[in-house]
Amino acid sequence: MSESQSEQVLRVDAYPTHEVGGYRVRAGKPFPFGANVVPGGVSFSVFSDQATSMTLVIYKRGEPEPMAELQFPEEFRTGSVFAMTVFGLDHENIEYGYRADGPYDPVTGHRFDARQVLSDPYARLIAGRDVWGVEPDRSRGYQYRSRVCLQDFDWGDDTPLGIPAEDLVVYETHVRGFTRHPSSGVTAPGTFAGLREKIPYLKELGVNCIELLPVFEFDESDNPRSNPETGEKLFDYWGYNTISFFAPKAGYAATGRYGMQGDEFRTLIKDLHAAGIEVILDVVFNHTAEGNEQGPTISFKGLDNATYYMLTPEGYYFNFSGTGNTVNCNHPVVRNYVLDCLRHWVADYHIDGFRFDLAAILGRALDGTPLPNPPLLELLAFDPVLRHTKLIAEAWDAGGLYEVGNFPAYGRWAEWNGKYRDTVRSFLKGDPGVTGELATRIAGSPDLYSSRGTSASVNFLTAHDGFTLADLVSYNDKHNEANGEGNNDGGNDNASWNCGAEGPTDDPEVSALRLRQMKNALAILFTSQGIPMLLAGDEVARTQQGNNNTYCQDNELSWFDWDQVDDNAELLRFTREMIEFRKHHRELRSTAHPTGQVRENGLPDISWHGERAWQPDWSAESRLLAVARCGAGDDDVVYVAMNSHWESHDLELPALPGGRSWHLFADTGAEAPYDIRTPGTEQELDNAGKYLIGPRSVVILVGRTNDPEML
Amino acid sequence: MTLNVKERRNKTGTVLVATGEINSETSGALLQALLPLVREGKPLKIDLTAVTYVSSAGLRTLLVVYREAQHAGVAVTLYGVSEEVRFVMSATGFLDFFETGEAAAAAAKAKAKAAR
Repeated sequence: MSESQSEQVLRVDAYPTHEVGGYRVRAGKPFPFGANVVPGGVSFSVFSDQATSMTLVIYKRGEPEPMAELQFPEEFRTGSVFAMTVFGLDHENIEYGYRADGPYDPVTGHRFDARQVLSDPYARLIAGRDVWGVEPDRSRGYQYRSRVCLQDFDWGDDTPLGIPAEDLVVYETHVRGFTRHPSSGVTAPGTFAGLREKIPYLKELGVNCIELLPVFEFDESDNPRSNPETGEKLFDYWGYNTISFFAPKAGYAATGRYGMQGDEFRTLIKDLHAAGIEVILDVVFNHTAEGNEQGPTISFKGLDNATYYMLTPEGYYFNFSGTGNTVNCNHPVVRNYVLDCLRHWVADYHIDGFRFDLAAILGRALDGTPLPNPPLLELLAFDPVLRHTKLIAEAWDAGGLYEVGNFPAYGRWAEWNGKYRDTVRSFLKGDPGVTGELATRIAGSPDLYSSRGTSASVNFLTAHDGFTLADLVSYNDKHNEANGEGNNDGGNDNASWNCGAEGPTDDPEVSALRLRQMKNALAILFTSQGIPMLLAGDEVARTQQGNNNTYCQDNELSWFDWDQVDDNAELLRFTREMIEFRKHHRELRSTAHPTGQVRENGLPDISWHGERAWQPDWSAESRLLAVARCGAGDDDVVYVAMNSHWESHDLELPALPGGRSWHLFADTGAEAPYDIRTPGTEQELDNAGKYLIGPRSVVILVGRTNDPEML
Repeated sequence: MTLNVKERRNKTGTVLVATGEINSETSGALLQALLPLVREGKPLKIDLTAVTYVSSAGLRTLLVVYREAQHAGVAVTLYGVSEEVRFVMSATGFLDFFETGEAAAAAAKAKAKAAR
């Protein structure tokens, strides 16, 4: 007898006790919630505080009408949880949902409607949107069907990588957009499997963390608009309208039609980990796809509206998210729901961290007021399962709550640093009066994160929401006409500059300046303290043709064009070498904010310079700043001079201690291939004390010895 | 959809030829057919040439057989995996676990080449 056979144990709860609707059943276990395969059957458990009765609705896979409707016997209810084990079900070939009966009285918050079949909030798989973009049959009563799945993935020896936060180089990308372009050359474009084929590219680029735009099941076809110029249907491309929080999006899987999206996504994560790359998910707990009073009833609205949503005293939806509804995140039941969800992604998908969309909402009380000590944020910070995952807040919301630098962190939370983005953008375009704040930002924003260290700051210049880097230097204004909203959507405060011509140009001088500006941006980003985040495609000048809000553009505006890898090889090389340079220099990744403390070699950990060494110019008209960093344990010195002035300047370089001399790593004013070198092969300067920095350029020098023993 | 299984024994081991679909309905019978063969301790080949579809439950059954075989020190090879099934197995990571006929042949060839 084999080991697995000998382990078969007969269990008392493997036998039915009741019969409901011709099915053999018994009381299920309230925990865990959701549908779980148990000996002989499937245990279903669902919470509803105010439902008067609950019915489990079971469909044969893909059939329009149910094969069974089983009302939970009263004795199967524990507290407000309905739990039932149904025996003899073929778990692979069923879909299920619930009908919850109860009061319909929006003023008191209740919207029960037993005619509706509701998705299970804990469903680990959803059927109904199995292949991206396939027009759904809207005549069906139940669109987003919960499915049962086994939690038995074979992870081998995969474990979380645990890369220290300060060592991360984050790459923000979109599962579909990364490989959907015909030029991607992958077997299954636009899928988890396709992304998996691009792991070598990510590895070569040098990033060690990818942050994925939402992958929880959403309905890409829920956008009613079309492109006014072409008439083409617009999609919900970004996917911030979550349908189901525990289910990976089937349309992102080449095997979604077979219901194997979970395995496909896990395989991607396993292989990314094997390549040394962590995975952060962009999660959206601030709102759901159910919208406001006019929105569809999918799950929460019908199961327990008053628990899951923030409601006004009149029963309307508070709208701090700008999308219709706001999740009642600090309700005790909802807190646990969010916690269960994140535990699920960490335990069952080996996810390394999360970026929380409009996270300021997670700190609001049940009536919407900001809490001084939000229990949800504290819960997530200290949870045993989430203990070592990265937690990153987008520390603002659409209701006007702006908490950058002030987000309740509990020693754990990092933030998207919007002030870093705005300051560096402003400096790059040559605005006056920015050098002082620039110094603060590149030193890890000590004004914002003095007690939390530099790795609380996720530094970025571009993200999915806004201009790409190429567009930031090519457009003064947004061009969102294709979104069908009369160019009224998207941000207006872009701090962008088109370098002399709006949009595409044949002018070689403008083109050269744009390329230099992109290099300047990357050079500053990767030499700043804090966690750098790069938007996918910025390394090859990906353009969205000036559209700064491509949430609905499932087309070449959004997709990564792989032909640009060759076309913009110069920028790609520059990016790679900058990332590599960051890895070579611990002083750039120091978690402590610099204090001016003098190191063993006699130089301070940070020093500021202008045209004259040791004499930074903090005046409003100054557009030149140089910083020298000298880390503990590193024997070298990194000097970064940033000139956003349209004129060149003669830099006096600070003198170096003991046998060291200045070596040139990068000069964005130089023609390729002399714009950047491979770390370790920097060229020693002929004139040790001076360097001419060109107009709108960044120069990076390394002060080190030529003695190989000292390298 | 049904699944038919036939055993063919030869000097080097046993070949199990499957015909039809391997899904949650049919995988139980497949497992019952395969486990005794694994326990015989001889190399086992599973011929999937006439298998048109392998579901999630089917792939899991094959992996259970593989784990049992690994435990018993028995070599299991999959043969005749169709392009579609191979694609699904590849995308979901299952292919990484198995020796497949084509891969095994390539490995043998490489070994022979290295020996020359």
